[in-house]
Amino acid sequence: MAHTLAVTTPTDLEPDVLPANVVRGYWQSVAYRLRHDPVTLFFGMVILLIILAAIFAPWIAPYDPYKESVIARLKPFGWRGHLIGTDELGRDLLTRIIYGGRISLFMGLAPVAVATVVGGALGILAGFGGRRVNTVIMRTMDVFYAFPSVLLAVAISGAMGGGIANGMIALSMVFTPALCRISETATAQVRNLDFIEAARASGAGTFTILRFHVLGNVLGPIFIYASSLVSVSILLASGLSFLGLGVKPPEPDWGLMLSTLRQSIYVNPWICAMPGAAIFITSICFNLVSDGIRAAMDVRM
Amino acid sequence: MQIQPLPDDDLDPRDRGGQAQPLLIVEGLRKFFRVKTQDGKPAAVKAVDDISFTVFKGETLGVVGESGCGKSTLARLLMHLIEPDYGTLIFDGEAVDSPDGITVDTLRQQLQMVFQDSYSSLNPRMPVRDSVAFGPLVHGKTREQARAVAKDMLTKVGLNPDLFGPRYPHELSGGQKQRVNIARALAISPRMVILDEAVSALDKSVEAQVLNLLRQLKRSFSLTYLFISHDLNVVQYISDRVLVMYLGRVVELGPVEDIFSRPKHPYTQALLGSRSSMDPARRLEEPPITGDPPSPIDPPSGCRFRTRCPYAEAVCAAEMPELSTWRDRESHVTACHMQNSASGHSLADVMGRA
Repeated sequence: MAHTLAVTTPTDLEPDVLPANVVRGYWQSVAYRLRHDPVTLFFGMVILLIILAAIFAPWIAPYDPYKESVIARLKPFGWRGHLIGTDELGRDLLTRIIYGGRISLFMGLAPVAVATVVGGALGILAGFGGRRVNTVIMRTMDVFYAFPSVLLAVAISGAMGGGIANGMIALSMVFTPALCRISETATAQVRNLDFIEAARASGAGTFTILRFHVLGNVLGPIFIYASSLVSVSILLASGLSFLGLGVKPPEPDWGLMLSTLRQSIYVNPWICAMPGAAIFITSICFNLVSDGIRAAMDVRM
Repeated sequence: MQIQPLPDDDLDPRDRGGQAQPLLIVEGLRKFFRVKTQDGKPAAVKAVDDISFTVFKGETLGVVGESGCGKSTLARLLMHLIEPDYGTLIFDGEAVDSPDGITVDTLRQQLQMVFQDSYSSLNPRMPVRDSVAFGPLVHGKTREQARAVAKDMLTKVGLNPDLFGPRYPHELSGGQKQRVNIARALAISPRMVILDEAVSALDKSVEAQVLNLLRQLKRSFSLTYLFISHDLNVVQYISDRVLVMYLGRVVELGPVEDIFSRPKHPYTQALLGSRSSMDPARRLEEPPITGDPPSPIDPPSGCRFRTRCPYAEAVCAAEMPELSTWRDRESHVTACHMQNSASGHSLADVMGRA
């Protein structure tokens, strides 16, 4: 023989990637995968920083967010101790962005959370219930779909009057149909699989099947879609504020700041970009982190 | 005179009628699915049309037939996963889903099913030991008890529970997954198991292992099987009796040796003729049966097999042959005019006597 075959003895073999005798619980393995995902960890830290900054704003922010100054209007970065400059009324921009996180994060998260619970539950009900239940729920959602989302949000909060609470309700109603549809589709895909039938054959009731067999399989897509709505929600809320239906000036809010600074874009474009940057960073962090969490929670990864 | 107690050491405490009473009697089972034809008219797929048979205690009844003949519908009807249109099920002497009988829930504690697709019949996001423990949990066991049952069952099907229990379905091979499915079905200690193409998706060597496992489990748990398959060799290997289905009806029913050595119905004969031979010298030059089965939406009049039957005559189109009445485990019956000398078929006398 011109060449010999390399013989592998059992001792040369690599041990299994996952040692079979190490038994991890579900949450332990999720934590394990998260620890080994630097991207998710990093952006998770950024979100944590933004949230902490918003909570502890009075202690962190260098200035008073409402204190105006006629001479210090639209000053550039680093002007007299104003790290990222001042806005059109001479207020410190960094302070206002830190304070603005309070309302913006709330307006970004709360409507999405409400819509996830309501829309998700309705969607699972529509997907798992009979044809009649499905028709009633999904056709009702289609009515909401008929309007552009901005118009719908404006119409609802306009009808109920301005304010943060009404704006939040309006945004929840805008997001519910989309989440309902996502959840209905995911449920419909799962409901016809054999393991649902096998669970029924084991004698399980509908509620038990939903809890043990459906929920875990539909939460992933619902979760990932909801996270992508956080940034949309912040922007829509700012749109409402711009029309005088959401947050009222001089209350600091990223969206509202973006729209008021818009007029100064020719004077100092960098200043104008700052609230937008805050929205962008927050939303991209939410997207990446939720993607990472979904991947860590997926047992098939 | 003192009445001697029957030797009932190995009798299941849930057994009500004794060994002679059939475990499952199916009478006039029928399921039509409502569909719309291409031109929009409502129609019915006659998936299972007036099927009657009996499963005796401790036997394996094989069910064979082509794809689409209603085998899987039959399995789901027996499990009450879909509601039958007509027909009664009598489980160990008690009518199922009737006021004076047993409920569907009670039936499902005694009758379980293993599905064909080993992957989709396990929840992908549940460790397999939880899938096995799910049934006992639903039936009122505590979490620890259910875990213990799952552990025991996984051992019984030949999987090390510490090694395989915490794994997810995608981490197991097809054969291992099907073992888990068998463990799941057995976890609530049923008396009868429906195996719907349970080994069809496995490759041959694994199929043989799983078949032997099924035989062994049947002995140790004194189970009764309804074994559905399109694979005649497998059915011959595992069954005590065989039921042949064609387009939603029973065409022949009898002990496995009789069916395989002396098939009476032309369809069964063709089905057996279509088996590939182990001997290369004996090759099939012509297909024993041609064409596709007719649509179950609009089945042929009279005998449903007449459109493909080489012996079809006028009487076959005019009258539907009835399955002759069976009496016991040894009965070999068929639904064919040629077997009935009074039917008027020209070959009736010849074939009926043979």
